[in-house]
Amino acid sequence: MTVRADTSVCIGAGLCALRAPKVFDQDESDGTVVLLGQPGADDLPAVREAVDQCPSGAIELSGD
Amino acid sequence: MTGATTTPDRAEPSFRLPLPRPFFDRDTPFDPPAALREQAAKGPVAEVTNGEGTKVWLVSGHAEARAVLSDTRFSSDLRRLVSRMDGLTDEQRDDLMSEESSAGSFISMDPPDHTRYRKLLTGQFTVRRMRMLEPRIAEIVDERIDAMLAGGTSADLVAEFALPVPSLVICELLGVPYEQRAEFQECAAKLLALDVPISEVLTLRDRLQDFMRGLVLQKRRAPGDDLISGLITNSDLNDNELVNIANLLLIAGHETTANMLGLGTFALLEHPEELAALRANPELADRAVEELLRHLSIIHAGPSRVATEDIEVGGVLIPEGSTVMISVPAANRDPGHWADPAALDVARERGPHLAFGHGVHQCLGQQLARIEMTIGLTKLLARLPGLRLAVPAEDVPLRTDMAIYGVHALPVAWDAP
Repeated sequence: MTVRADTSVCIGAGLCALRAPKVFDQDESDGTVVLLGQPGADDLPAVREAVDQCPSGAIELSGD
Repeated sequence: MTGATTTPDRAEPSFRLPLPRPFFDRDTPFDPPAALREQAAKGPVAEVTNGEGTKVWLVSGHAEARAVLSDTRFSSDLRRLVSRMDGLTDEQRDDLMSEESSAGSFISMDPPDHTRYRKLLTGQFTVRRMRMLEPRIAEIVDERIDAMLAGGTSADLVAEFALPVPSLVICELLGVPYEQRAEFQECAAKLLALDVPISEVLTLRDRLQDFMRGLVLQKRRAPGDDLISGLITNSDLNDNELVNIANLLLIAGHETTANMLGLGTFALLEHPEELAALRANPELADRAVEELLRHLSIIHAGPSRVATEDIEVGGVLIPEGSTVMISVPAANRDPGHWADPAALDVARERGPHLAFGHGVHQCLGQQLARIEMTIGLTKLLARLPGLRLAVPAEDVPLRTDMAIYGVHALPVAWDAP
């Protein structure tokens, strides 16, 4: 599974950093998403929750 | 269970283009009004004619609400509506449309203007930044509980806790002297009445602007270590922009969390099994906060949008120029999305509720609100043994007359130590 983050549509709500802090962080200056790395199998439930709740559609999980 | 006011005959329109009054009248304190439930049963997107004869498309479905809120063809610039509202004088219309009135009010802007302002602020409200405030928020919460304990074994939880905690926090964050709270709290309380007439909106707005303008000028001369000073130093915002942005953060920063703390405590006290579960398992606090946000949905009048073109939502064509109102209470209880939506379940798996909105305007201060609620509720339950209502539940005055729902007061008692 691959996570993609699009900072151009991100609004910095921070839900991804809240729900999946091992995978997502926020830029210090404008709060937009920072991808820390690709998720391991253990991270997937949290990443799915983050994707599901993201208000701007800035993060995406794809692949098998 | 009163608190509702009757709508007086008035010559001028109300500012909020509200739904008919029954959409706000409650037969129980925690559930959406019957009129709203009946409307939601008609379909996820359906038209309502309000008392003034204007039509509003009410969106009550969860998926449909998310679709509207993430589609910027639905504009947040409600001045598009004000501009054609009947009953306004030319002077009032010009006043509402003026630069001084709207500068920096990014809550009513669309991208790219909205984006430019919001990006100046998002860095100040990140998860990391808000976590750094946790010790100070815990201290503020403890001080308020100490004061309640020192005062005896009963108190109005709204006046002594729910309102002071977020007010103290946002004042400190923004650099607004808490001693001056009487002025902004009074203006906010009046401004957030559902049927506030336009003339009063303008007067209250002027008062709030005067209040904040004084503060901005003072900080321009002698910047401090606070958010407003930071904006002055690190951006090229003009005074009108600074004043309106600071007032928006100040009001949004205390009225919302205050009502979640008040109504949230009331809901827990009236659901003893849920209260007991949370007391026994404080690690549930995180889920309990999300569940209270979903279940109570204190934003019960909007957010509203204007369709800038013909747009189909949930199989319904919304014509260009229409007013569209999201019903957060209905969407957060949409049976098509939530299992057993009417149940308050503090252990419920977290889901994408709409209490903070959705899309580009989703609440900027949501991470702060979560922390305030988590610490506030956890400490209340831990430090006030035997916390209970001091009046019958039906005597708790409900904020059915306000744009942000909650309780006007919550008389509580606890066991003597």
